This record gives sequence, C-alpha cells and structure tokens, in this order.
Amino acid sequence: MAGASPDQAVLDQALASIAEAQDEAQLEQLRLDYLGRKGSLTAQLKALGSLPVEQRRQAGQVINITKQAVEVAIQARSESLAATRLAQQLATESLDVTLPGRRSPEGGQHPISRTLDRIVDLFAQLGFAVATGPEVEDDEHNFAALNFPEHHPARAMHDTFYLNDGRLLRTHTSPVQIRVMRQSAPPYRIIAPGRVFRADSDQTHTPQFHQVEGLLVDEGVSFADLKGVLLEFVNAFFEDELEMRLRPSYFPFTEPSAEVDIRWPDPNGGPGRWLEVLGCGMVHPKVLEACGVDAERYTGYAFGLGVERFAMLRYQVDDLRLFFDNQLPFLGQFR
Amino acid sequence: MDLAEDAEAIAQRLTQAGLEVDEVTHLGTGLEGVVVAEVVQVEPHPDADRLRVCQVNFGSDRPCTIVCGAPNVRAGMKAALATPGTVLPNGLKIKASKLRGVRSEGMLCSAIELGLGEDSGGLIELPEDWLVGQALREAMQLEDWVIALDLTPNRADCLSVRGLARELAALTDCPVQAPDMPPVPAKSKAIMSVTVAAPEDCPVYLSRVIEAVDVKAPSPTWLTERLRRSGLRSLGAIVDVTNYVLLELGQPLHAFDRARIEGDIVIRRAQAGERMTLLDEREVSLDEHMLVIADTAAQPIALAGIMGGLDSAVGDQTQSIVLESAWFDPRAIAGRARRLGLATESAHRFERGVDSALQQAAIERATQLIIDIAGGQPGPVNAVRHDHPALNPVAIVLRPERVNHLLGTALPATEMQHILQRLHMHVDSVDAGLLITPPSARPDLLEEVDLIEEIARLVGYDALPVHRPNGQLATAAASELVLEERSLRQQLVARGWHEAITWSFVSLQQLQQLGLAEGAWPLANPLNQDMAWLRTSLLPGLLASAQRNQRMGHSDVRLIEVGTVFNRVDDQLVESRRIGFLMMGARQQEHFDADAAAVDFYDLKGEIEALIERNQLAGSFQVSAVAVPQWLHPGQGARCQLAGRDCGWLGQLHPALTEALDLQGPVWVAELDLLALGARRLPAHTRSSKFPAVRRDLSLLVPEALTAAELLDAVRRSAGGCLTRTVIFDLYRGKGVEKGWKSVGLGLIFREVSRTLTDQDVDDQVQAVLSVLKNDHQIALRG
Repeated sequence: MAGASPDQAVLDQALASIAEAQDEAQLEQLRLDYLGRKGSLTAQLKALGSLPVEQRRQAGQVINITKQAVEVAIQARSESLAATRLAQQLATESLDVTLPGRRSPEGGQHPISRTLDRIVDLFAQLGFAVATGPEVEDDEHNFAALNFPEHHPARAMHDTFYLNDGRLLRTHTSPVQIRVMRQSAPPYRIIAPGRVFRADSDQTHTPQFHQVEGLLVDEGVSFADLKGVLLEFVNAFFEDELEMRLRPSYFPFTEPSAEVDIRWPDPNGGPGRWLEVLGCGMVHPKVLEACGVDAERYTGYAFGLGVERFAMLRYQVDDLRLFFDNQLPFLGQFR
Repeated sequence: MDLAEDAEAIAQRLTQAGLEVDEVTHLGTGLEGVVVAEVVQVEPHPDADRLRVCQVNFGSDRPCTIVCGAPNVRAGMKAALATPGTVLPNGLKIKASKLRGVRSEGMLCSAIELGLGEDSGGLIELPEDWLVGQALREAMQLEDWVIALDLTPNRADCLSVRGLARELAALTDCPVQAPDMPPVPAKSKAIMSVTVAAPEDCPVYLSRVIEAVDVKAPSPTWLTERLRRSGLRSLGAIVDVTNYVLLELGQPLHAFDRARIEGDIVIRRAQAGERMTLLDEREVSLDEHMLVIADTAAQPIALAGIMGGLDSAVGDQTQSIVLESAWFDPRAIAGRARRLGLATESAHRFERGVDSALQQAAIERATQLIIDIAGGQPGPVNAVRHDHPALNPVAIVLRPERVNHLLGTALPATEMQHILQRLHMHVDSVDAGLLITPPSARPDLLEEVDLIEEIARLVGYDALPVHRPNGQLATAAASELVLEERSLRQQLVARGWHEAITWSFVSLQQLQQLGLAEGAWPLANPLNQDMAWLRTSLLPGLLASAQRNQRMGHSDVRLIEVGTVFNRVDDQLVESRRIGFLMMGARQQEHFDADAAAVDFYDLKGEIEALIERNQLAGSFQVSAVAVPQWLHPGQGARCQLAGRDCGWLGQLHPALTEALDLQGPVWVAELDLLALGARRLPAHTRSSKFPAVRRDLSLLVPEALTAAELLDAVRRSAGGCLTRTVIFDLYRGKGVEKGWKSVGLGLIFREVSRTLTDQDVDDQVQAVLSVLKNDHQIALRG
C-alpha cells in the first residue's frame, strides 16, 4: 500500500474551494459536497463495488487518502475562520481602560476608634484583657475607692458632671480598676478603654474624651516593670524608638506617681520637644485595700492615657474639636 | 542659697522632681535701652493742647527733649526714659521723631509700656533717690527670672519661696540659709482676747495688735516689685506685707481693723443661714460646715482661712490693726471656697496643708515688716494653742527591702537615709528598718509609700531601672461567640460607612423635637443648655452631623456610630450600647454607566440584613410595620426583631422632621441595640447536596394587603421539605393589574439531598403551594 497517493485533481480542486470559503456556512457546504452522505468522495466510495476486485483496494486507498486530506483542510480552515472572526469581534469590543471604575461609596474609620483599636491590640499582645465599666458612675468608684478623700483638692482637678441623684459621669477610666478588683481575685492584667467626661471646654479641652486605663497587679511587680511596659508600648505605638522620661506627679490612687513625656522629633532636625502623653504609677496600697487585695503581698501599676492625644500625634490632627464634628472630609482621611 | 545653675537648669531640675515648671520668664527683656531719668522742665506744646515738651536729664552732658502726653508728668519727677533704638516688651520701637513739629528724642514710659504693671494712666513714678542715668534693669533688679510652677495638690510645702528653697536644697544637696526672723519685742500691752470655740478646726491661733500704724505709708518698690513678679497687685502697705509673708513663708495672714472688732475674737463654726459680706463685696450665705472668725457682737469678721470680711477690713481710716496667724485643719477649709465660687491664695494653701510650726515666725516677720514700713507699736503675741493630732509629728517605719521591692532597685539603706535627711526628715534605726519623722512642712507624708515616692523622686525617676515585659503570657483573646463592636465598626467601614463619634450630651429641645425626651436624664451642672441632657438615642447626634455635612455641601452621607445611650427603665438609669445608622444621597458614587438612584428603604434594610448574616447572629431577623417610632415616616418605618426579641428600628426620618431640620431628604435612619443582637452562632457544618437544584418561576396576582413576609411564610409552610430558597424577582403594580392587587414574580428553588428531583416531584410541590395560596389568600397565577 506504500506509495498510494491522493487523487490530485480532486484534491486540488477541493483545497482551492476550501481556501476560498469565507465563513462557516460555506465551509459546511463544501464538507457536505465532498464528505457528506451525498458528497462526491462518498459517492466514489460507494461506487467501489462496481470496480473489478483487483482495482478496488487501490482505488479505495486513493479515495480514503483524498478524503482525509480534505477533512484536515476543512478543519484547518474552520479554525482559521474562527480565529479571524474572534479577532474581528474583539477588535470591536475594545474599551477605554482609562475611564474610572464603578465604585461603591467609600467609608472611613473614626481616628479615635482607630487609635483605640490599635492601643487595645498592642496591649493584648502583652496579655492585657479588655475590661469595661459604666459611663455613669457613683462617687465611690470614681473617687472614694480611688483614695480621693471628700473635699480633697485633688477632686478639684476633675471638673465633674453630676446627675441630680448625686451620681456622676466618670471623669476617668480608673473606676474600672475598682470594678475589676472587686469582682475577682488577683492577679489582674487589664486595660479599660472608654469615654470619660469633664466639665471643661476650650481650645484644648472637650467635655467628653477617651482614655485607656491599664492595670497590672501581681506578686513582685515593681516600678521597673511599669517603666518597661510603657517604653514597650510607646515605641510600638509610634513605631519609633522615642526617648521617654518620667516625672514625679500626683494622683491619689497611685504612689509613686509619674507623668510620662516623650521627646517628639523635630522635623527640622532640632532636639524635639517633650510632650506629656500619659499618667501612671504604682497602685496605692489604700486602693488595693479598698478592693480587698492584700497590699503587702500584691503590688501593681496602673496607667491612663488620653486617646485624643495619641490620635493627634499619630495622625497629625492639629485641632481637638475636629474629632466630634464628624465632617466627611475629615473622617474620609482615615480609611 | 548659692545655686551654681542658671534659671533654665533649675527649671529643668524642678520639673524632673515633680514640680512642673509652666514658664520661665526673663524680666529685663526689652528694657535694655531704658534708663532712670529726671524731668527737669515741662512746657506746653506749641501746637497740641494735650502734649507737653519736657527737658529730661538722663545722665548725659545735656538734657534731651521729650514730647510727652502723660497727665502726671511734672518737673522734678523721676521717670523711665526709653532711648532711641529701644524695642519695648510690647514691640514698640523707639526712635527720635517729630511730634506735631517738635522733635522728641525718646519716650517717657508708663508701667504697661514697660511690661511692669497694668497701669497705663500715666508715667511710672520712680523713687526720688534713684540715680539718673542708671539702666532701669539695674535699678529695678530686673536682671532676673520668674519661674512659674504648676504644683500638684500634695506639694503645699512648695507654695512659698521658703519651701522651694528647701526643696532645691534637697535636690541639689546644698545648704539653704534661712533669713533670721527674731521676735519683735512688744512696745505696748495691747492684746486681743481670743476664744477658740472650735479647737479641732483651729488648734493654733496667734494674734497681735499693732497700734498707731500709718496705713497710708507707701510700700517700698522692692516689696511691690516682688509682689508684681508673683502676680499680685499692691494694695497698701499692710495687705502687701501679709501677701509678701504668704509668698515668702507660705503662711496666710490676715489683718483686721482693730476698731471694727467688737469685744473679743471667737473662732467657731457658722450657723446655718448666717450671712456676711466678704472683702470682694460679695454677700455669702454660710452653713455649719464653715468656720468663721467672729467677734463678740456675734458678727463674722472673716471666713476662716478663705477671705476676710468687708466690715473689718483695713481701710484708710485704720489706726490699729490685729494681725492673725493661724493654723486651720485642712478638713475645715477644703471645698468651702469652691462651694462659694471663691479661689483665694489663703484657701489654696490651707486646703492643702500649711506648716503647723510656722505661725510664730510668720507673725514676727510680718510685724517687723509692718513697723519698718508703716511704723506702729506692736503688742505681745497672743498665742492660743490646743492639742490636735495633726500637730504631733508622725513617725513612719520604712523597710528598706520594701523600697527596693516596689521600685525594682537595690539601694542600700544608708543611701535612703541620706536622701530622707536631705529632705529634712529625722531618721532613727528600729528593728523593722528606719523610723522616719517628716518635717512639719510636709503633712503629705503619712505612710511608708509616701517616703518611697520621695526616695524615688530624689534618686530621679529616669535613674530607676527598667524591666522590659517578659515571662508568662496569659491569653487575652475574646470568645468567638462575642459580637465585637470593633468588628461591627470595621465591617461597616468596609461597606462604605463613615464612623462618627458624636456628643453624649444633647439639648432637651433636640430630644423633644424627635420624641426622644421620655426617660431622658438631665445633668445637674451642664456646660450649657445645648449639652444639658444625656442622649437617649444616637439619632440626635447623627442628625446634627448630617446637618453639618450638608451645610458644607456633602449630601451623600453614610454615618454610623457605636456608643452608649442612657434611658430610664423602671425608674433606673440604664446604659445601653447601640449602633446608629444614617444614610442619605446617592446609592453609588457617580459614574457614567451606573445606577444614579438615591438610597431608599431597601438599601438601609439590606445593610442591616447583611450585618446580621455576616456575623451569623443567632435567630431569624424580622421587621414589622407595627408601632412605628414617632420620629419615622409612618409608612416607611419598622421595628426590628431578632430571635423574636426587639432589637431596634429603621426607616425614613419623618418628613416633617427632615424639613424642620432643614435636611434634603429623604433621610434613612436606624438604631440597633447591641445587647439585643446577642451572640454569634458557632458554625456547624452540614453536608451540602450534590444533586442539581430545580427552579420554577411563578407570576402571581397577590392582594395588596398581603405582605411579602406573609406570602413567603405561606409558601414555605405549604411546600415540601425540598424547597430550599425563595426569591422575589419582580414586583409590579399598574397597567394590566387591577387596583388593590400586585403582581409578584416568585422564584422557588428546590433541591433534594439524596437524589435528583424529577419534574413530577417539583410539579407536585408547586401545585401544593398554588392551591394553598389560592384557597387561603385568593392568590392566582397571572394569566
């Protein structure tokens, strides 16, 4: 059978027709003309029976080879037509990719809550759990148990909002310390984020603001641990190795007490300036005792930081009052 | 004391020791070119009635000509001359210039122009004996600094120059030389009888009569100048002296006009309703908590430790005075001044605690200064003393190991001892450690931890060790079932909401306008009426924020707030955490090929549904249009329920309110109670079907009154168990549908877990649904 070749005349004509086919329909017609049930090559195959037996084999091979060649050509042409058609279609579909996208409205997280979340996250990594307390407090939790004697001038440092029944809006998050220590036994490792209130309103004070209180009480806790945790936190929060200093101060519920300053870098390369960022100290034994904690066995530290202050420094907000105005151009800057 | 450091270094040292320095001011700045001058001659200005032309001698070989408008300029006076080139503290540049045609070679100055006082009415009058030509800075000793401190309430001992000197001596470990204040011998026998009826409030009361004082004698410049630098005005020699001693030693003193006291002095509690007029001419009503100095005529003559009375005050006619130097128990003074709206130097000190050993020295010091300045014949000091626990020194046991335990240090006891001795404490050794007796000037030191703070302070907080956190870690992770507020906030921000933080305070008018005043709590002492009530809902704050934004031209608003609201429930104040929503404006950002519609009810409801589903809250979420809150559109508002519990409301702000608030509505608002939203479900996996779903779409004619919830409920109850989902894909009213009816396109999706559903299965179920809808609700297939 080697050496069998197609019927060149038929094949040439078929290939020419296939090459001229301009679409799938024409090509299908050619397929039917040559290969269909009534096609010419099919007819030739059917006519083989009329040939002498010794020619049938030879003629059959010629027809089959021709048929295969036509099939391959039709298939190739079909693919080429499909590719051309796709290319033409795609050419009509081209977009101006520089037109803007279709957008849902964009939101923004309030910088205060963003700062709160960040502070809570950082302390959570140090093992501090979140505790909360009410915003309306009584004198006992806000002052008395925190070692503010009645009429003591330290109370005058807190301009307190009162309700008519003698209760008050908490002036700091420190009452959460008392609630936590009275509800469970030591050790304690909590932070208490929340809103606090003081009857004071000017350029640098708003009657409501936010604090995060921290409390750690355990055996063997010292001032050195307090310094360490604050240094860790401040550097982590600002993502910078800032210089920190502690200054003696006075809070009735801690002793020794301290204010913490950080040296805020000067963008012009100067020495920077000291900024007060939080207050802290060792929990006063009277506070531990007021909560039924053995002040000889347990020691601890507490700290309180102003969230607005941290938000202003971190995000370069220069006016405290922007925080409660809720203007979209402001809020929209904090995604 | 001799300090080697400059003012800035001292300020730094004080701040680092807990005495926070507010400001360091150099006094002489701006006065470099100002000299003491003598006005030699004064003549009228040829062209100006109010101006005078003066010849002024300022130590140069010839006098200069100065044009001056001050009313008190006169020949022979000593005045301050600003020479050309001077830039005064107020920024005024002095140069030689013509004033109405007469050349003036400088300016004669008033106190205010020199930054030396408030007086702007005329030239500052300098003492006659001052040397002409001397620099004013030199003559007034203005080459000096003022260090202003902001003291914490525990450090009353530093409310005086003496106290600060002692503190600085301790900080620098260098000696302090206290001025000598010897007793002033009596020159008369005059004495004031004193009865202390409240010895527990006033255990020490010293008084002294000084007769024949010249109350009009001028206070010397050194005195008025020192007072001025401390922020006090000169008020006559007697008051100036008492103020000076207060600043110098920390002992508040008071001087009465002897003639205005009838009979004896009595120190007692006031009677309720008793009234008196204070020095500042205010009449106050007293009560039994207040301590008064009275006379035998039963008239209060001073509010003890706070302020003197007007009637007994030293005045121009006064000839003899009674000087008072007392020690009041801080508990008898604290809070009283504040309650009366007063803030005085005296009350400030007595509330915080005055050195109880100071009264004698102070009265001697004041007596000496008064007779030096105003003359007079002092009588003997009449000292009335009673026992009082606060007068006895306290001895505190200090355990050195406790100091190191609390500070994380390893200080030897000898160093602690040395530090405490620098602070003028008496130190003894006892078995338990050191027995410490603090000085009487430090009533704030009462227990061991107070001493530990003192040691920490003097060592320096920065010198104390740092211990970085390490050691055992306890997990602080919250339960997976807790619906975390921060997670809610962040989800909504990601969905296009802006998070707001509004005021916890609102006005009553805001609450009433919205119908939210019921159950609201007022503040007893609000800052103003706009912030006088606690919010009962997040709605007022969100509306105010929307108004502000709209005024600034931002009308596409989506705000949420998570916060506390305050309501009266069974007469108790209940705090609840809520999440509030406000949306108005466009549904999407403007785009050439996007839906430009405004948000509507279903946008807001969809957000809430998404939130509930996103967090897998337990129980089904339903809304109903019954009992719609009054602040909502009655036809476009709803109450929300989760797991059958009320959890909030949503809808369109009532159009009347939208208009009243000047908002371009509609405004869509909602509020959910976070507690009522409950907990999250823990996902529990069920195997999903591998077999295909079959969907049948029905077009139904439904009576208008039947709600979607009722329709779907009927469908679910009548279909078999393999109806897995329903969808309303079309809702139509109008042409082709009779009034009172609506056309609802409803898709039913069936799926069986264990096999492929046949057409017959599905047809049977659809028929079952249709027949129930027809029989129970008159619903038919649309033809």
